[in-house]
Amino acid sequence: MNTQNCYHCGLGIEKKDEVLFDDKHFCCLGCKTVYEIFSLNGLTDYYTFEKAPGATPQETNGKFDFLDNEGIVTRLLEFQEETTHIVSLYIPHIHCSSCIWILENLNRLCKGVRSSQVNFYEKKARIVFNPQEVTLKEIVLLLCAIGYEPYISLENYDAKKPPVSRELIYKLGVAFFCFGNVMLLSFPEYFEVEEYWLDNYRGFFRWLIFALALPSFLYSASGYYVSAYKSLRAGMLNIDVPIALGLVVMFVRSTVDIVFDLGQGFFDSLCGLVFFMLLGRLFQQKTYNFLSFERDFKSYFPIAVTKISNQAEASIPVYEVAVGDRLLIRNNELIPVDGILMSPEARIDYSFVTGESEPITRQSGNKIYAGGKYMGRMMEMEVLHTVSQSYLTQLWGNEVFSKTDKKDYKTLTDTISRYFTPVLLTIAFVSLAIWLFIDVHTAFNVFTAVLIVACPCALALSAPFTLGNILRIMGSRKLYLKNATVVERMAKADTIVFDKTGTITTNNKSEILYEGDFIDEKELAFIKSLLRGSNHPLSRRLYEHLPTANLFLVDDFKEVTGGGVQGYVHGFFIQIGSAKFVGADEENSLQTAVHVSFNRNWMGKYVFSNQYRTGLSTLFKELAKTHELKILSGDNKGERNVLQKLLPKGTELVFNQKPEQKLAYIEALQKRGKNVIMVGDGLNDAGALAQSNVGISVSENVNVFSPACDGILDATQFRKMGYFIKLSKNAVLTIKMSFTLSLLYNVVGLSFAVMGLLSPLFAAIIMPLSTVTIVSFVTLMSNYFARRSG
Amino acid sequence: MSVIYVLITISIIVALVFLYAFVKAVKQGQFDDTYTPSVRMLFEDETKKAETNPKTENQ
Repeated sequence: MNTQNCYHCGLGIEKKDEVLFDDKHFCCLGCKTVYEIFSLNGLTDYYTFEKAPGATPQETNGKFDFLDNEGIVTRLLEFQEETTHIVSLYIPHIHCSSCIWILENLNRLCKGVRSSQVNFYEKKARIVFNPQEVTLKEIVLLLCAIGYEPYISLENYDAKKPPVSRELIYKLGVAFFCFGNVMLLSFPEYFEVEEYWLDNYRGFFRWLIFALALPSFLYSASGYYVSAYKSLRAGMLNIDVPIALGLVVMFVRSTVDIVFDLGQGFFDSLCGLVFFMLLGRLFQQKTYNFLSFERDFKSYFPIAVTKISNQAEASIPVYEVAVGDRLLIRNNELIPVDGILMSPEARIDYSFVTGESEPITRQSGNKIYAGGKYMGRMMEMEVLHTVSQSYLTQLWGNEVFSKTDKKDYKTLTDTISRYFTPVLLTIAFVSLAIWLFIDVHTAFNVFTAVLIVACPCALALSAPFTLGNILRIMGSRKLYLKNATVVERMAKADTIVFDKTGTITTNNKSEILYEGDFIDEKELAFIKSLLRGSNHPLSRRLYEHLPTANLFLVDDFKEVTGGGVQGYVHGFFIQIGSAKFVGADEENSLQTAVHVSFNRNWMGKYVFSNQYRTGLSTLFKELAKTHELKILSGDNKGERNVLQKLLPKGTELVFNQKPEQKLAYIEALQKRGKNVIMVGDGLNDAGALAQSNVGISVSENVNVFSPACDGILDATQFRKMGYFIKLSKNAVLTIKMSFTLSLLYNVVGLSFAVMGLLSPLFAAIIMPLSTVTIVSFVTLMSNYFARRSG
Repeated sequence: MSVIYVLITISIIVALVFLYAFVKAVKQGQFDDTYTPSVRMLFEDETKKAETNPKTENQ
């Protein structure tokens, strides 16, 4: 057994916190408790599927008290009856088979739970329980106690599940059914034997094939007709136009053939075509169910808030908050509405909303805005605006958010097909005209044969298969894209705009540098002893930063809000805090610093600078060769010099940008003809992400929250940005190569067709052959590129 | 009637039965989550083992 790591959660064990239980080592009491719960219920198999699968349970501290409110619970339930309730909970920690096992055995931990089912991809557990035996709150608290805390946000409030679209799978099934049977029934005809037996049943076989091709032609392929019609009406020629044309011509020609007993028709090729093209669609449709690319503030906001009325506290749904209400906000809770602070002072972390890296302090009577995270014990506020009227939520009223997709984008395939279709039609009509002089009957055959063989099946497949494959490769390397066109748009970009806080810097981790007179070890211990009593975030961070030492007792400890801490340690009067508090000269107000004085003599200061992600400057150097780079920050100019040193020359730095200014900045770039990739993280970037050509949000934990975007990048992979962009460019190159290849096939097929030599057998061979070669070509190429550059 | 009609009718009916089964499976949501069931089916035996385990463990 590994003694270094916790048996439950797998994290390294610090010697002083180590807990031994049942011969197993745990990193903390929390992990041990979970193990205890499992072992008492005979569920220790949890640890056999996967090594150290658990998570340390977090304190809930009344976080889920809102589940006492029946109105909210009703909203969360999927199904409700006297003895049966069903709820679907999103549990971010679900990550392995042990998780599935323990959650599906929840009924053995909790009496009223009848059954539970996990959907691994969506990270959801669907729990059926008896409300007379157990409440939803008890279940949620149990889940928290075993380290599987569900994530419940405002988004769940109107959780009426969108209907799952399974149309493509139905269509594919039907297409495959038709394809297989038609192929089998066509076999006798392929050999073209003139035989009594075959002659006798020819009509029966042909009409059976006709009947079997109908569902494929009418139902499975219906999407292509709709799309072609739409594109014609919009005055564009997308790739679906020649496809639909080819399919219809193929069907009509084949029907005419069998009605007048001219031949067997092309029903086999028709069914094969439809099946392969639908397969391509399915392949392209790789979706990451557990991620959401359409999130707005709702999935960030809490579902309920504590209201104080007549000295009593009650949880009410956020939507029912009215102007003038008094709200109670606890530590680490989010402020859901704009309001006025009633408590004497509060520290609020707006980093996610504005991009400012340090929490700001507000005094009683100040206006506070929605979206900030409160840091402290408790605060009271009076509501000024309701949720939908708040400053932050109004950003979502901007029109960029109502555009559902970047529809106006022309894909590579569409661009090609704009030329392809007219050329194809010209060839068809010219050969028709020529043949009309030679032989009227063949003229009709040639005309249809041209349209059939030129049906750009391989052309239409090369992009979906390449992009689908690239999407998968990127997904396995932790860049999750919304859909396949994002790859193309990424390849096209020439400008990359980065947000600062949380994007190129890591959250919560700051580098701490000491500037000032020399401080020896003992004095460091004094400082650390004094800091121990303070709950201020900067104090906590500095405390963590200082080396471990034997701490001293502090006399006369005093914490001055908005100032710092002071006290006597070992006879020294020590003050730690803001420059004003300590009595230092304020030189650089833009820096975040903590000053220290001993016996009122200023010793020095600890400067907190942002910690940039590893590999940042290499990445920027790499990107600067091909792209214009810009930094767009909501933070102040304090870091300008550091950034300038770190980044290649010519990188534009813009500071103090509000969310709507960021949006406007991107828009201005686009007006100048730039294709912009925006890389951001917080709500403050939401507008810019939506406006940009490709919005990528960097996330420390992809399961929790990221604003609406085109792609979510796992923060650990940030330095691979350059690789991803290169890969997308190679993807486009692959598509272009396969276009050439498939055009070659078309030329060969067309030359046969124009000469009037296209037999159904030939068509049945060349069409699947071209499809298979194209698909294998693009798959091999994209895999090769992925390996070579990565 | 020739036997070929009978045979082909039967084969088409069999194919239709499979198509029907497929459509039904999609409708039931069997294709919505293609991963979890594959893990779940391996659990069955483990669960039974676990039910006998606690007694031996708690003693």
